[in-house]
Amino acid sequence: MTKKHNKLEATNLDAFYGDFHALKNINVAMEEKAVTAFIGPSGCGKSTFLRTLNRMNDYIDGFRIQGQILLDDRDIYASNVRVDELRKEVGMVFQKPNPFPKTIFENVVYGLRIQGIKDKKVLQEACETSLRQTALWEEVKDKLDKSALALSGGQQQRLCIARALAISPSVILMDEPTSALDPISTAKIEDLIHELKQHYTIIIVTHNMQQAGRVSDHTAFFYMGELVEYAKTKTMFTSPKNERTQNYITGRFG
Amino acid sequence: MTNSEKNRLKDKAFQVFGIFCTFIGLVVLAIFLIDIVIEGIGRIDWDFLTSLPSRRAARAGILTAWAGTLWILVLSALIAFPLGIAAGIYLEEYAKKTKLSDFLEINIANLAGVPSIIYGLLGLELFVRFMHLGPVLLVGALTLSLLILPIVIVTTREAIKAVPRTIRDGSFALGASKWQTVWNQVLPASFGGILTGVILALSRAVGEAAPLIVIGALAYVPFVPKTPMDEFTVLPIQIFNWTSRPQAAFLTNAAAAIIVLLLITFLLNGIAVYLRHRQQKKIKW
Repeated sequence: MTKKHNKLEATNLDAFYGDFHALKNINVAMEEKAVTAFIGPSGCGKSTFLRTLNRMNDYIDGFRIQGQILLDDRDIYASNVRVDELRKEVGMVFQKPNPFPKTIFENVVYGLRIQGIKDKKVLQEACETSLRQTALWEEVKDKLDKSALALSGGQQQRLCIARALAISPSVILMDEPTSALDPISTAKIEDLIHELKQHYTIIIVTHNMQQAGRVSDHTAFFYMGELVEYAKTKTMFTSPKNERTQNYITGRFG
Repeated sequence: MTNSEKNRLKDKAFQVFGIFCTFIGLVVLAIFLIDIVIEGIGRIDWDFLTSLPSRRAARAGILTAWAGTLWILVLSALIAFPLGIAAGIYLEEYAKKTKLSDFLEINIANLAGVPSIIYGLLGLELFVRFMHLGPVLLVGALTLSLLILPIVIVTTREAIKAVPRTIRDGSFALGASKWQTVWNQVLPASFGGILTGVILALSRAVGEAAPLIVIGALAYVPFVPKTPMDEFTVLPIQIFNWTSRPQAAFLTNAAAAIIVLLLITFLLNGIAVYLRHRQQKKIKW
């Protein structure tokens, strides 16, 4: 098997919130069309790192980074990069489902409307395609004009994934996407991740070690702002090299 | 007496005291309202609402006064609404946390506490004397807009702040700019709250007499203003004028005018309460 292309690559990355050193010299390459999981205890920097990948930290006062993040070999923090263009390429799904207080249809096509697309047909097609990709179409096709807030939590989260897919990104960042969901909804999202990795590069932050084991191809363990260990998920969970990794995945702290 | 008995007694005592405090304001207001209504309700008829002011109490009406009040209401809304909302959006969504923004913030809060007569003096200096506009409706509306602007800004910020961070994140993550996020997400979600604040501020402005007297609004205006550049009077000035006359008949007129003014402010407050209620029902985060 030939080695896959590295979709995202961080080199000597440091991040700061004011004086707080949140990420320390991170070096990691994430494979294309695969699932990479970030694990680690709260405050370890895994979410911060995830949010540097689509520059969601830009709006936080006092946040700055040093080092480099490459997306398809382009530096995403270069001065000529437009953040809105980057986010079309790198979609994101959040911890708590956050549908807009609008109709289901308007939620899905929001990203397209933002780009100025008005053609009804284009929007409708994109809406159906994205909802089918997230296995939501059959459940909501008769109530596209109803409020998205009326959906269940699991449906809302799949809607948020559909919304991210509608603008055809190549990378999807997921920040603990199932932490607010029940086990059945969680299973559906995990199945979905398996489906999606055929076409998308997925990076998922999770608190749940079993989830990392189930869904990911590679796992990165973060601790106190450092990347302690990064390996194939199977390797990491059966024979971790670092003692801290071992203690964490066996539940000795966290 | 045991300790827990003592505590329960204190609890009861405070409840009684609390009820007393809650009712004292309401009772005073009720007595005032009843007194006014008894005094003035008989005076309100079509003629009273449609007559021009007069030196003879029985022939005097409040047409020019309530017309002026409506003009002021609409003009102030048109001025304060866009300015206040824009400032609120800027401070809440755009302004970086710097010494300057802290300074602005403190001073807007301070402005909300400046006595209204000071705003009248400001309006007199700036609009009447410096800009030579004269004591006209536009000047009155500008002055009252300055008066309510801090309140509009503060309520706008509160309403915007109530929109969850996650909604903004969701919008940004889909490639929306700051303005697109404000326009498509933040404003629609907070509009009810903003409108409520603006209306409450307006209902305060409608009751102001002092700043308008200072800029030179007249008590006796024998015509209905037709443009914003006409001279004017408003209900509170008319009321103030009538209550300072010695004849009892004018006091009755004043009571009747007070009823009309109160109806206008209650109506505005009612609209505000309705809007807030509807907003709360529509969006549950």
